Amino acid sequence: MPGERFNILRFLLNHSTLVLFIAVFALFGLSSPRTPVEIAGITIDFPRFWSPENIFNMVKQAAVFAGIIGVGMTFVLLTAGIDLSVGSNMYLSVVVSGLLMRSIGLEIIPALLVSLMVGTLFGAFNAFCILRLKIIPFMTTLATLVIGRGLGTFLTDSQQIDFPERMNAFGQTLVFGVIPMPIVVFGIVVLVSWYILSRTPFGRQVYAVGNDIEAAKKAGINTDRTLAMVYIISGFCAGLAGFILASQLGGRVDRSFAETREFDAIAAAVLGGTSLFGGAGNVFGTVIGAILIQMVGTGLQFNLVNLYLQPMARAFVIFLAIFFDSLREANMKKLKRRFIRPVEADAPPEPQPSSAGD
Amino acid sequence: MTAFLELQDLTKSFYGIAAVKGVSLNIKTGQTLGLIGQNGAGKSTLMNLIGGVVHPDSGEMRLTEKLYAPRTPADAQRAGIAFIHQELNLFTNLTIAENIFITGFPRKGVLGSIDTAKIKSLTRDLLASVGLQLDPSTNVDRISPGERQLVEIAKALYQDASLIIFDEPTTSLTARETERLFAIMNQLRQQGKGLVYISHILGDVKKLADEIAIMRDGELVAYEPASAFSIQRMIAQMVGRSIEQLYPPRTAAPTNMPLLAVEGVNAAGIVKEISFTLHKGEVLGLFGLMGSGRTELARMIFGIDAFERGNIRVEGESITSPSPRKSIRHKIAFVTENRREEGLLMSIDIANNISLVSLLDFAGGLISVIDQREMTAAAQQTAQVLQLKSGDIRYQHAKALSGGNQQKVVIAKWLLSEPMIFIMDEPTRGIDVGAKYEIYTIIDRLASEGSGVLIISSELDELIGLCDRILVMSRGEIYGEFSREQFQEETILRAAFRQDDTAIPHNHDGVREEAGKQD
Repeated sequence: MPGERFNILRFLLNHSTLVLFIAVFALFGLSSPRTPVEIAGITIDFPRFWSPENIFNMVKQAAVFAGIIGVGMTFVLLTAGIDLSVGSNMYLSVVVSGLLMRSIGLEIIPALLVSLMVGTLFGAFNAFCILRLKIIPFMTTLATLVIGRGLGTFLTDSQQIDFPERMNAFGQTLVFGVIPMPIVVFGIVVLVSWYILSRTPFGRQVYAVGNDIEAAKKAGINTDRTLAMVYIISGFCAGLAGFILASQLGGRVDRSFAETREFDAIAAAVLGGTSLFGGAGNVFGTVIGAILIQMVGTGLQFNLVNLYLQPMARAFVIFLAIFFDSLREANMKKLKRRFIRPVEADAPPEPQPSSAGD
Repeated sequence: MTAFLELQDLTKSFYGIAAVKGVSLNIKTGQTLGLIGQNGAGKSTLMNLIGGVVHPDSGEMRLTEKLYAPRTPADAQRAGIAFIHQELNLFTNLTIAENIFITGFPRKGVLGSIDTAKIKSLTRDLLASVGLQLDPSTNVDRISPGERQLVEIAKALYQDASLIIFDEPTTSLTARETERLFAIMNQLRQQGKGLVYISHILGDVKKLADEIAIMRDGELVAYEPASAFSIQRMIAQMVGRSIEQLYPPRTAAPTNMPLLAVEGVNAAGIVKEISFTLHKGEVLGLFGLMGSGRTELARMIFGIDAFERGNIRVEGESITSPSPRKSIRHKIAFVTENRREEGLLMSIDIANNISLVSLLDFAGGLISVIDQREMTAAAQQTAQVLQLKSGDIRYQHAKALSGGNQQKVVIAKWLLSEPMIFIMDEPTRGIDVGAKYEIYTIIDRLASEGSGVLIISSELDELIGLCDRILVMSRGEIYGEFSREQFQEETILRAAFRQDDTAIPHNHDGVREEAGKQD
């Protein structure tokens, strides 16, 4: 039946990122190298892309590269703002804790707290420029992108920082002996953020501000405080993500550390359905977006795609997702179009129960 | 009926022009104060002063005898003053319940999360008190404008407002929704709330208000019990002179030279087989109820929306695949019903708004540089012709103008491109009596100079007063056609409601009978 097919198409469009996610997972799996695995006495060639180790690995990398900062970015995008300084913030906050670990022998937990503090202050500085100095978010965070990277380079004399060995050990921690630490941290960040956004007054006000800031002011919402908080949260996430990323890289941080991470964060959020115009989106979408981006990267490596083509291929997948999204928008618009009279086909109308008096 | 809010000698100026001049008023509880005045008379500024959106230059306010000087809208809210604005202030991405409680969610548990069960049950009660049976967790983008209005009132009730200010609340409501709103307003008044009702529909004001205050040019010119006012007197005091005639006399007769011919335009589900001709020097009215397809048709003629079959000719020349650019080249102008969103660049100065359509006419040289001086001079001249009331058009933004003057800017923009065909969709919506008359005069002048004007309006009086011919649209079809000598309000309305047998059934095919029964 044609009606049926139409609905399937609509379902696919409405869940385009999820569909893309499954398609990418399936395609890269089928084309990836295989390892013989024995399951219940039968030996089959199991795609390495689908192996639990690889899946864990992809989620872990998604968490540190785009996931945690993507969640922070989701808060900012929900208010129709943007934070371009995330990558630089990650660098600066890890430089400060790294220098302290080396000079005064700071332990892991205090060092983590230092990174969180630097990241949060960085975010607060963004908020200050945006709300007190009234510089638009794009320009503010473009400036702090340069400032943060510059300050970090200055503090390190542009030298690579080698963290003590305990940083590497921290990065390899397995929670309950099985789950890599970054996945657990990511999980906590996601759950707490989901709770804040959907269950607290502040979270709902974030959505309200993103929907219509003038109306929010008139309704008596403290919009300055709400906006300040989202940049501070994004800064906090950057500090956290910076520290954990450094621990994953074996504790070596050079001046290109986390460069352009902000773009993956934005892409993850947007892939997950967060609107750049504010007011729409949620953190679970961002999780899917972040993992999708990582999956494409890993899949390309598995399939030995030319290293120089990989960024383009990744960009293509992001493009595809956004394209589907705009198709969906157009389709929704069409559905919402007001009909003021019955739609008549050129063919004779279907027989209807005859009305009396006709 | 004690004085709840006392305004004493309030004054506020913008750009050196006084918007509110020495206004003193007593707003009482248990009463409805009708506030009327032309656009730009200072009503909105006065309300913004009360709401803490802007702050007075001089004068003071007293709330139950204590000094009241709100710095922010939140201060006004805390003082028990609520606003129901013309543009609603609801968040369409949140639920009804969340909208009502957005600034004061009840919390529960150690984590202080929103007590969803509580806001739902409280919302259900609040909605019931304004006669709405909606699920509190419905998203606001799924409910109608009328329902949104009532949700705003429910919100005001929740905030326990003692004074509720309604600013043009009925513009987007159906007749039934308006009735319901008025019933609830009466009920609120009886409960001892103070109400302020601002509207251009003077009959409604007369019906609802206990006292009426009239503003003109920022000053309070009359403030008396409602019984002291007739509609005539209200108009006279708003305008500052009495208007004998609401419509200017037509100065020239239409010709029979076809200018715009619409031939069998069809779009499934929207319009069906629309055919008509607009002649040189003619003012042609297009009447229909809301949702009859008038605006949709206008958009198709101008080339904004696509249609499936049919043809549009300008002076015999067929426009293939119409687009706004092509229409402009064929000297068609489209004054949209939605001037805020579609007609104006609100945060751009007036001069640039006026010259927008004909920008290239002022460009010269190899790389098409705009001659700013010539452009401003031309804009200035058109503004003068239309008697635009504004500050310096080079610096004042369109959003700082009153509704009537904004509409003049939209018309000026098109005038500058010297069109032959004007399509005007609700050109006088939300505009006061004085400005309306000026716009009617402009329309008459355009026709006398040989243009053709197609006016869409839901105000039948206006079309009868202005047009040479009226087409009636109903459910996407042209359902009747009336020439000037046939103009009779009742007959035309009957056609619009499809209750008429005498109307010339234009493309009438009998299939629509059952459609009419749905009403």
